Amino acid sequence: MMAIIFCLGSEKKNIIRMVMAVGALAILGTAVYVTLDFLAQREAGDAADFLFRQDIVWYQSLNINYSVGVDGISVAMLLLSSVIVLTGVFASWGMEIQTKEYFLWFLMLAIGVFGFFISIDLFTMFLFYEVALIPMYLLIGLWGTGKKEYSAMKLTLMLMGGSAFLMVGIFGIYYFSSADGQLTFNIVEIAKNHAMPVDKQLIFFPLTFVGFGVLGAMFPFHTWSPDGHASAPTAVSMLHAGVLMKLGGYGCFRIAMNLMPEAADQLSWIFIILTGTSVVYGAFNACVQNDLKYINAYSSVSHCGLVLFALLMMNKTAMTGAILQMVSHGLMTALFFALIGMIYGRTHTRDIREMGGMMKIMPVLGVCYVIAGLASLGLPGLSGFVAEMTIFVGSFEHTDLFHRFFVIMGCTSIVITAVYILRVVGKVLFGPVQDKHHESLTDAVWHEKIAAFGLIIAIAGIGLAPLWLSDMISNSSIIMHFMK
Amino acid sequence: MIETLKDYYSGFAIMNQELTLVLVLIFVLLADLFLGEKGKKNLQFAAIGSFALATISGFTVSFGGSQEAFAGMYVTSDMHVLVKNILNIGTLLVFFFAHYWNKNENRNQSGEFYFLTLSTLLGMYLMVSSGNFILFYIGLETASIPMAALVAFNKKNRDSAEAAAKYILTAAFSSGVMLFGISLIYGSCGSLYFDEVANAFQGLPVQILAMVFFMAGMGFKISLVPFHLWTADTYQGAPTSVTAYLSVMSKGAAAFTFLCILFKAFQNYPEIWQNILWWIIVVTITVGNLFAIRQKNLKRFLAFSSISQAGYIMLGVISGSPLGMTSTVYYIFIYLFTNLAAFGIISNIENQTGKVGMDDYNGLYGTNPKLAFIMTLAMFSLGGIPPFAGFFSKFFIFAAAAEQGQYLLVFIALLNTIISLYYYLLVVKAMFINKSENPIPTIKSDNMSIIGLGICTIGILILGFVSPIYEYMTSISFGM
Repeated sequence: MMAIIFCLGSEKKNIIRMVMAVGALAILGTAVYVTLDFLAQREAGDAADFLFRQDIVWYQSLNINYSVGVDGISVAMLLLSSVIVLTGVFASWGMEIQTKEYFLWFLMLAIGVFGFFISIDLFTMFLFYEVALIPMYLLIGLWGTGKKEYSAMKLTLMLMGGSAFLMVGIFGIYYFSSADGQLTFNIVEIAKNHAMPVDKQLIFFPLTFVGFGVLGAMFPFHTWSPDGHASAPTAVSMLHAGVLMKLGGYGCFRIAMNLMPEAADQLSWIFIILTGTSVVYGAFNACVQNDLKYINAYSSVSHCGLVLFALLMMNKTAMTGAILQMVSHGLMTALFFALIGMIYGRTHTRDIREMGGMMKIMPVLGVCYVIAGLASLGLPGLSGFVAEMTIFVGSFEHTDLFHRFFVIMGCTSIVITAVYILRVVGKVLFGPVQDKHHESLTDAVWHEKIAAFGLIIAIAGIGLAPLWLSDMISNSSIIMHFMK
Repeated sequence: MIETLKDYYSGFAIMNQELTLVLVLIFVLLADLFLGEKGKKNLQFAAIGSFALATISGFTVSFGGSQEAFAGMYVTSDMHVLVKNILNIGTLLVFFFAHYWNKNENRNQSGEFYFLTLSTLLGMYLMVSSGNFILFYIGLETASIPMAALVAFNKKNRDSAEAAAKYILTAAFSSGVMLFGISLIYGSCGSLYFDEVANAFQGLPVQILAMVFFMAGMGFKISLVPFHLWTADTYQGAPTSVTAYLSVMSKGAAAFTFLCILFKAFQNYPEIWQNILWWIIVVTITVGNLFAIRQKNLKRFLAFSSISQAGYIMLGVISGSPLGMTSTVYYIFIYLFTNLAAFGIISNIENQTGKVGMDDYNGLYGTNPKLAFIMTLAMFSLGGIPPFAGFFSKFFIFAAAAEQGQYLLVFIALLNTIISLYYYLLVVKAMFINKSENPIPTIKSDNMSIIGLGICTIGILILGFVSPIYEYMTSISFGM
C-alpha cells in the first residue's frame, strides 16, 4: 500500500529537497485518501476489523506473512505521521551538510514508522520497529548538536534494550498463539484464538509492555529521551517526539494489552504507578530546566506518560482519549521542536536565561510558540484540550481509591504544565531582550512558515472538529474489545 | 557391510563433491609445479576458476533422502550437500579477497596458499559427512594441520609465527582431549559409529565424561568460552585472508558437525549436553562481547565478535529440533556473507595501506564512502539490525531456542546483542562521525575484491527477503 521509494541519486541539494517535499506531499495525500476511503467504507457498512488488508506469505514454515491493513487507530496514526514527515522536511530545508545522506536516513526512519503502523503481523511489525530505531543513531550522531555522540549511543542502546524485552515477549506470544498447534504471528488471529494461559501472560505481558514502554518514555526508562531530543537535529526531534514515541504507546496497546488482556487487567496497577509517576515527574522536571529542548523533552515524557496511563484505565473513553492524546501531542510537540530549532538557528542558544523579547524580534515565530504552548496546557479549541478532557473523564469512571488517587495526581500535571509553559513564554517571548545581538535577527522564512502553519492548522482542526476523529478511533474493534 | 569390491567402489559414487575437490586440488598442485615463475599470474586464475567450477557443480548434486557409503562411515544428505556448498561459496569469496595479496606480497607462494586452503576444505567435507568418530577425527585433523601452515604464512612476520604456534599447540592439545573422549566412548559403547553409540549410550559416568571431553575438543575448534584463548592472537597474527577463512569456514563446518554428532550420537540423553551447552552459551556470548569492547585492532575485535557469534550459533544447536538445524545452517550462511564483507574491507585496506587499527578508520566515509558503506552494512548485519540479513538469522535462531522454552537463555542472549551493538556502532562511529587528521587515502580496490564485496553486499541486503532459501533449508533439515 505504501511503497515509499524515491529516486535518490541526485547530488544537487535543491533537487533532493524538492523530491523530498513532493514525496512527503504525496505521502500526505495518500494518507488523506486512505482516511477518506476508510471512512467511506465504514459508512458503507464494512465492519471488518482491518480494512485494505493485504497478505503476502513470507516465511511459510514459521507462518510469517507480510500482512498489512488499517483500522481507525492506525489511520489516525498515519495521518499524524504524514503531517509530521511533511513539516519535518520543510523544517530541515536549511540542512547543508551531507544533505543526501541526511534525507536518506530520514526516509528510512519514516518507512519504519509507516510500516509499523500498518503491520498486522508481529514479525513485520517488529522488523519495522527496529528499522525506525537505527537511523536515529546516525541522524543524531552526525547532524546533532551538543553532546551528540553520547546521546545517540544512549538512545540507541536503551531503545534496543527495550526491543530485547520485546522480542522475548513476541516469542512468548507466538509460541502460545494457538491451542491447536497452528502457530501464527497474525495479531488478529492471535486475539481471536486467545489461547495463552494466564500464568504465561503474567510473564510475557510485563516484558512486552516494558519493551514498548521504553520507547514510550515510561518512568524509569525515560532517560534516553531528554538527551536524545536535546541533541537531535530539528526534524529528527520532531519525528522522534511526534511519531516515534507513539510507537511505544501504540505497541503497548495493540500488542501487549490486546493480546494479553487478563494479564493487563491484573498487572495494570504496577504500570499505573509507573506511568502516573512519569506524568508528574516529567512535568516537574520540565519546570526546572533551562534548555528549551530539555523542557520539551520532559514535557513529552509527561504527556506520553499520560497516553500509557490512559490506556491502562481500560475503558472506552479513556482509551479513545489516549489515542487522541497521541495525535495531539505528536502535532504539538513537533511544532515545539520545529520552533525551537528555528529559534536556535538564529540565536545559537537554547538557554532561556540568555533570551528575551523574542515576540518583538520575530513575531511570527513568537505567536506560533504561544499557540503551541496553549495547546500543550490544554486550551479549549486546540487539540490538547480534547484529548486531556477525554482522558480524565474516562479515567474518572473508576471509582476505587487507587485509581482516583492516581487520576487526581495526573490531573495536577495540567497545572504544572501551565507553570513551565508560561515560564518559558514569559521569559523568552515577553521579557526584556537579554542579548543586543538578538535584535538584528530576522523572522521566519517561507519554508519555516509552511512547517509551522501546517502543524498549527492540524492542531486547531482537531481542536475544533474532533468528533470524526474520536468516532473513528473509538469504533475500532480493538477498543470495543475492552468494553466487555 | 562391504561384501564385494563392487560395493566398495560404489561408495565413491555419492562422494561427488569430495571427488571434484580432489580433482581441483591435484590440478592446482600440478599447475603450480609446471607453470613456473612466469605463469604465477595464470595460476591464480586457474585455481580460482577451477574452484568456481567445482562450486557451481556442487549445486547439481542432490540425493533426496539420506545416503551412506563404506558401511555408514560416510553419510550424506541434501543438508550435508548444502553445507558443503555454503563452505564452497565462502572459500571462493576468500579467494577473491586474497587475490591482491597473492599477486603482490605473497607472490612466490600463491600456489601453496590455494593448495593448503583447499586441503583444509577437503578435511571439512569429510568432517561434515562423517558417520563415525574415526572419519570425523581424520577430517578434523586434515582441516587443522594445513590451517596451522596457513596461519604461519607470513614467514617474515613474527606475529604470524606466534599465531601459528598458538594455534598448533592448542589444536594438538584439544585433539588429544577429544581423542581421549573418543577412546572412552569406544571403551564403554563398543562402537564408534554414531548410530550404535546412540543405542549404547546409557548415561554412565564414564560416558558422560567422554562426552564432556568430546565437547571440550569441539569447543576449541569453534572457540567457545572457556576454550577460546587462542582465538584473538591467532586471528590477529594470521594473514587477513586466512583469518577470514578461519573465522567463517572453520567455525561453520565445526559447528555443523558438532550439531550433527550431538543430534545423532548423543540423542538419547539431550538434557545432559543441553545443560552444559546452556552455560557455555551464556559465558561465550558474554565474554566475547565484553572483551570485544576494548579492542583497538580490528582483526582482534572481529576475533572476539566471532566468539560471541559462535555462542549465538550454539543457540540453534541447543534446541535439538529441525528448526534448530535450519536456523543454525541459515545463521552460518548469513554470517558468512556478513563477516566476509567485514574482512574483505579490512584486507583491502590493510593490503594497500597496512592499517588495521580502529582509530585508523576515523573519517573513512569522507575518503572511501563505498568501503565505509559496506562496512556499515556488515556491522549492522552482525549486530542483527533489520532490514539486513543478520536480523533474520538472529530472529530464527532465537525462535529455535524459544521453541524449546529457553526463554531465559534467549533473554540473556538478547541483552548481549545490545552490548554487541555498542561495539559494532563504535566502528560505524569511527567511520562516519569521528574526524581524523590523517585519514586513510582514497583506495582503488582491485577487481577481484570488488566482485567479492559486491557479492557480500548483495547477500547482506537481499538474503533476508528471499524466503525460498530458508524454506529449502527447512524442507531438508532433521532433528534428533
